Amino acid sequence: MNFDFLSGYNIWAAFWVTIQLTLYSAIGALIWGTILAAMRVSPVPAMRAFGTLYVNIFRNTPLTLIILAMSLVISNKLLITFANRRAPGGLDLNNFRLAIVGFIIYTASFVCESIRSGINTVPAGQAEAARAIGLKFTQVLGVVILPQALRAVIAPLASVLIALTKNTTVAAAIGVAEAGSLMRVMMENESNALFGVFAIFAFGFIVLTLPIGLILGNVAKRLSVKR
Amino acid sequence: MSAQAVLYDHPGPKAIVRNRAISVIFILVIAAALYFVISGVGGKGELAGTKWKPFASGDVWTNILLPGLWATIKAALISVVIALPIGGILAIARLSDHFVVRAVATAIVEFFRAIPVLLLMFFAYQFYIHVVGLDPKNLPLYSVITGLVLYNATVLAEIFRSGVHSLPKGQTEAGVAIGLRKGQLMTIILLPQALTAMLPAIVSQLVVILKDTALGSILVHYPELMDTKTQLTSNGAGVVATYVVIALLFIAMNFTLTELAGFLEKQLRNRGGARKGGPRVDIAVAASLPVEVDLTKP
Repeated sequence: MNFDFLSGYNIWAAFWVTIQLTLYSAIGALIWGTILAAMRVSPVPAMRAFGTLYVNIFRNTPLTLIILAMSLVISNKLLITFANRRAPGGLDLNNFRLAIVGFIIYTASFVCESIRSGINTVPAGQAEAARAIGLKFTQVLGVVILPQALRAVIAPLASVLIALTKNTTVAAAIGVAEAGSLMRVMMENESNALFGVFAIFAFGFIVLTLPIGLILGNVAKRLSVKR
Repeated sequence: MSAQAVLYDHPGPKAIVRNRAISVIFILVIAAALYFVISGVGGKGELAGTKWKPFASGDVWTNILLPGLWATIKAALISVVIALPIGGILAIARLSDHFVVRAVATAIVEFFRAIPVLLLMFFAYQFYIHVVGLDPKNLPLYSVITGLVLYNATVLAEIFRSGVHSLPKGQTEAGVAIGLRKGQLMTIILLPQALTAMLPAIVSQLVVILKDTALGSILVHYPELMDTKTQLTSNGAGVVATYVVIALLFIAMNFTLTELAGFLEKQLRNRGGARKGGPRVDIAVAASLPVEVDLTKP
């Protein structure tokens, strides 16, 4: 097979942007999703209502809409920017960060639901024992329940992470130069090497997503709470 | 742990006061954030009545929004109708006794599950232009459906497979005992039950398909609901108003489907309540769990 069509394109740089988008969004979504899950099981009615509302809104909205709204509503209308758009490269940096915030907003709702179902796998006796020795709600959740729940949801969270990795291609909608954008450019310019281009990007995503499932599946087995 | 109230003591008079205080503070913080957003948007004149006015006219609905909505639903429905049988076949192939069949099916499933739907759609788009030479009129719809089918058939295959695994072992054993062949066992006994047990998960997958149709507006120019935004704003609707209306339409559809999935799950759970070994499946976890079971071995 002739790989001449590769010259002039920096595939590695595009995938590096994809990896960065995934990594930052994953960290943010894990933190925000855990907070949302804590709110949904908290004794404070307003927080429970907020958590439920948040999850129902963002789980049911297309990611495409959220990402486009980040650029066209949040940045262009509200003028909330995450980088100086007039500085050289500032526009790209702003779009990159907007995309990350969009991914966090969307993915956190799935993280929240996973963790909530993880909380349900912890036997009630654990919480009852924790309360019996006088722990407060924050302690029951933070010291006893969440550590066990998080270990139970590593496998479902791995699925969320894989979905996030693939979802980062939606950032192409607001012009972030990640793998999806580059595939589009390459397919349009090198239409006689269509299958070659697709094979490369397919391979790239398989390399990114397959290890997540395998490694985290293993970790999940090793860390699972023996009952 | 089923009742979440287990996590904290039943609130006494002191705790009730404290929870109310936290509630009030929390609501104030949220209200402040909302005020910041709304005043920011309002300051740009985005909330003025004229920006919303187009949505009060029937023409905007009949000419732009409803055709967009229909295009979204059409693409999702066609995709799921094609993806369901393909998913069933892939699931049967993955449960096959023959190594080669199993390996090929596994490779197909793992391949298409790993690739972003957006890339599948755009590849299909280019493929139809350069290789098939498809009529440009059909190009966007066919690309969207191809992308959605390739991905969702593999997801549905995994849902069916975990559905078969969730069935009590006695079903397989009884089938083998009365002398059914493997094919009969699968098509008469296991798949119909797996389909019912997995109905909630399948309805949940419909939500994913419905949301993913919006990807068609990014690269392949499919005129679905999300794509109507340009037409709407050029008809005088505000950007914020346009996004809010489109989002509400999506949320309404998907929320209804999510609730339906929850309802079906409850129904199935109640039905299986009498017999302890009945299929009980957590939809959130079902599709992601790797389970290994040999069908015909004792």
